[in-house]
Amino acid sequence: MKAPPFAYVRAASLDEVFRLWGEAGPEARLLAGGQTLLASLAFRLSDPGILIDITRVADLAGISQVGNAIRVGALTTHADLGASDLLRRHVPLIAETVPLIAHPAIRNRGTIGGSLAFADPAAELPACCVALDATIMARSAAGERRIPAAQFFTGLYATALAQNELIAAIELPVARPSERSTILELARRSGDYAMAGVAAHAQLDNGALGELRLVFFGVGETPVLAKGAMAAIEGKPATPETIAVAQTALDADLDPPADLHGSAEMKRHLARVLLVRALRTIAGSEEAKAA
Amino acid sequence: MSAIPDIAVSLTVNGERVSRRIEARRHLIDFLRLDLGLMGSHTGCEHGVCGACTVRVDGRIVRGCLVLAASLDGSQVETIEGVSDSGEIVDLQEAFIARNACQCGYCTSGMLMTAADLLKANPRPTREEIREHISGNYCRCTGYHAIVDAVETVAAKRNGRAGP
Repeated sequence: MKAPPFAYVRAASLDEVFRLWGEAGPEARLLAGGQTLLASLAFRLSDPGILIDITRVADLAGISQVGNAIRVGALTTHADLGASDLLRRHVPLIAETVPLIAHPAIRNRGTIGGSLAFADPAAELPACCVALDATIMARSAAGERRIPAAQFFTGLYATALAQNELIAAIELPVARPSERSTILELARRSGDYAMAGVAAHAQLDNGALGELRLVFFGVGETPVLAKGAMAAIEGKPATPETIAVAQTALDADLDPPADLHGSAEMKRHLARVLLVRALRTIAGSEEAKAA
Repeated sequence: MSAIPDIAVSLTVNGERVSRRIEARRHLIDFLRLDLGLMGSHTGCEHGVCGACTVRVDGRIVRGCLVLAASLDGSQVETIEGVSDSGEIVDLQEAFIARNACQCGYCTSGMLMTAADLLKANPRPTREEIREHISGNYCRCTGYHAIVDAVETVAAKRNGRAGP
């Protein structure tokens, strides 16, 4: 279908974004990569009246190291995330994630800021950011504030962003040498949203997994931090015994809704399978991912 | 409701400068097909799923239905017409014909743009990599094997080897 009629303005600076946004009223939407917004307009799921194009705002672009973090501008496309040497070296989970996101033509337009702000519970980058303990740099006319990724996703397609506040950048902690991470998902076709997925992150010390974070996606209203499964393994190696305990604990962590992709019980099963593969992978067994 | 103003846009399409005033909601494929008469890029699902509308913007393939023409002021757009005229993908086109990879032809221009994109970045793709790169382009004749064969043949020939 065709989108409903709307007006279009392009902002050249953050100041201009906030001025135009204030004038346009609450129905206005920001246009970044547009890979979700333009599809939802074509379905006439929303009727914003006006789009404010932020893609040429220089303050929202670029990837740089800031202390112990890599600051990724909100406008960074998935393709640019995957091509960044800085991220490949310092946040390898991101490079591993990019090929799982949609398809090449979409990765060339879609942005990390757009993905996080849309907060699809089956999307990869929100789960990655929670697993990495990233910080969302939110910006409004009043200035910038830092929101931990784990507190950013507040419900189905809902975030901690306030009215007329946008994502300016994401700060991803630089990986330590002991760090291990992986992302795994199960989708019916390559590039589809996952039926279930997991982003896992830990410090590996003599075979034991510390500071473990397991974040499941596609199985709830937000990325789900599997606290029970994390506690079951924390400080221990991934052995058949500890993994079995974590799998049992995982059942209490998740309450997956049935959706187009499968029943709640099927999603629980997929999550248990992914948990085993993820733990074996970050614990160092090279063949584990294929297992 | 007051009238919504059209947007002035100037961009380069297949090497030619074009300037138009268009509705803000006009997506790139309608702009190419309806305003410029370039009918080689196809309108399929219009919500970013099928890949029939794949074109290049500033050297990168995109879904034409998920890009607003109004947002492309100053951009370089290349379509199947442009890369056909330049001869850039003549070997891919010949291989698609030889392998019967076109069938109904609806997905073909998008497939060719995507295949050209792959071979530019990765001159020696495996069949698996070819499948992965075209995974966002649907062929409803389901002629995927023939398409993968054609791309594989071209990759081999460009590397000086006989095709499969």
